[in-house]
Amino acid sequence: MNATPTTARPLWLAAGVAFVIGAASLALLVGPTSIPVGGTLLETLDRLTPFTIDSGLSETQQAIVWNLRLPRVVLGLLVGASLATAGGTYQGVFRNPLADPYLLGIAAGGGLGATLAFVNDFGDGNGAFDGVQIAAFIGALSAVALTWLVGVAGDRTHGTTTLILTGVAVASFFTALQTYLQQRNTENIREIYTWLLGGLTTSGWSEVMQLLPVAVVLLAVLAMSGRTLDIMAVGDEEAKLLGLAVPQVRVGLLVAASLLTAAAVAVSGLIAFVGLIVPHAVRLMFGASFRVIVPLSIFAGAGFLVLCDLAARTILSPAEIPIGVVTAFFGAPFFVFILRSVGSR
Amino acid sequence: MTAAIRAEQLAVTIDKATLLHPTDLSVEPGSWLSIIGPNGAGKSTLLRALVGAARSKGTVTVNGVDMASMKRTERARTLAWVPQVPIIPTGFRVIDYVLLGRTPHRHPLAAERPEDLAVVQDVLIDLDLGDFADREVASLSGGERQRVIIARALAQQAPILLLDEPTTALDLGHQQEVLLLLDRLRNHGQTIISTMHDLSLAGHFADRLVLLAAGRVVADGSAADVLTEQNMAEYYNADVTVTHNNGTVTVMPRIAPRIPRTNPS
Repeated sequence: MNATPTTARPLWLAAGVAFVIGAASLALLVGPTSIPVGGTLLETLDRLTPFTIDSGLSETQQAIVWNLRLPRVVLGLLVGASLATAGGTYQGVFRNPLADPYLLGIAAGGGLGATLAFVNDFGDGNGAFDGVQIAAFIGALSAVALTWLVGVAGDRTHGTTTLILTGVAVASFFTALQTYLQQRNTENIREIYTWLLGGLTTSGWSEVMQLLPVAVVLLAVLAMSGRTLDIMAVGDEEAKLLGLAVPQVRVGLLVAASLLTAAAVAVSGLIAFVGLIVPHAVRLMFGASFRVIVPLSIFAGAGFLVLCDLAARTILSPAEIPIGVVTAFFGAPFFVFILRSVGSR
Repeated sequence: MTAAIRAEQLAVTIDKATLLHPTDLSVEPGSWLSIIGPNGAGKSTLLRALVGAARSKGTVTVNGVDMASMKRTERARTLAWVPQVPIIPTGFRVIDYVLLGRTPHRHPLAAERPEDLAVVQDVLIDLDLGDFADREVASLSGGERQRVIIARALAQQAPILLLDEPTTALDLGHQQEVLLLLDRLRNHGQTIISTMHDLSLAGHFADRLVLLAAGRVVADGSAADVLTEQNMAEYYNADVTVTHNNGTVTVMPRIAPRIPRTNPS
């Protein structure tokens, strides 16, 4: 007997890293200003490694690479990894293939928070700890907390169905408030709408530095929890009888995934579809164990979102397409392709 | 001798309906107890209360230790549970599924150790599942799948194995296969508690039968003591013939003789 348990094999992880580097390099090289390929890569290495390398770029070109393109690419990597990993975690915790990171109301809460900030002129969504970002973060977490309080308190069985349905109710309620506010403040409608469709606009490195610590810590935690999600896959009762502290583990994983999602939403708005399809694509290609799905979703989500952002800013250049439109437009056919070619495993 | 598992005044009430009246029960280590009874008698409820899956009153002690005082992982190292209809996650391979049985032996965030894999390998080979380790559980036949589920429970290395209707979904050959497997485990010192529908098979394999009716133990003893025509009539409302042959008790429905066909001509 030579079978070994499913794990994220080194080769797969290497492929993941290669995908991320490839996507990031491509995104770094393409933009409205033409900058030499070699110089761009050398400039990046000069900045990111301890070595001093002369890239031969002019100061303007250096500024474009370092202050415009690279932060945007890195932000895309972080947001994509966060949404995909949080989505995979949600799907595991709820044992529901339709789960995504917005299941418990994060999107609606974030949208309401951002809208409140826009209409009250708390900020414009850019920079570090901007008013819109903070309001979106608080709104997102408030929605999850409300869903949890109402959903768990109202359900003696502590099952997940009530929680999911409560999430639907809370999301509808928050969306109603958000839509009302939006319609009452038509002067802000454009910026609100742009925020809702998601985007990776950056002002230097401030958004990246804000998300980076949260994302690194929580991605590391979730990457280690694949085994636990595998145990939860046999259902609450059996998982308990296998010795797993199911309620505590569920709360812990949901808190981690929700914080990660809220932090990503705060800097990038509502980017749809990534959290739903990336973990599924990984599952279909590499296997059904969460020990594979969670770690590989980090790389797949990161690379996928950076490529989508590249499309979003080049297709109608100099105009930008909202990234949420791109993720769905390219993601949906790609997902159907995988579904058809691998078969529903 | 300390009982492997002892229940005292164990009772289950859900929404004012009493599913199990206060019951005392004690099972010797290395023996096989089969719980029988008509539909709705409380067989599964008793089993689930013993393993801690159903909220119950009363006490359950395992090897002399009160279960309520045991940690969750300690319980799972002592009692292994084979549900009637387990949830098999989509796409799971046999080896990954059986490895879940090692959960109580390691930290949930830690990787499995070589000894965990060794236990899984041993169990798979012992249950003749070595060639299936790479297969998806969902792709196996009913009998093979049942062996895989039992393999997961055996990977827990718990001295007491509780099985809810382990043979109900299987054809005759696969029923025999699973029961012979349990018989072999019992001979290696495993304590087995199962619920069973087939009375003759239950009587043949178990050391002791407990007959439940309406949430109470109404008969307890050897197959010959419990499987009587009177008990079957009273608690199953069944008209049966019980035959004894070399210590084997066979329960057969008594069927009215067929009316001979009249010659059409």
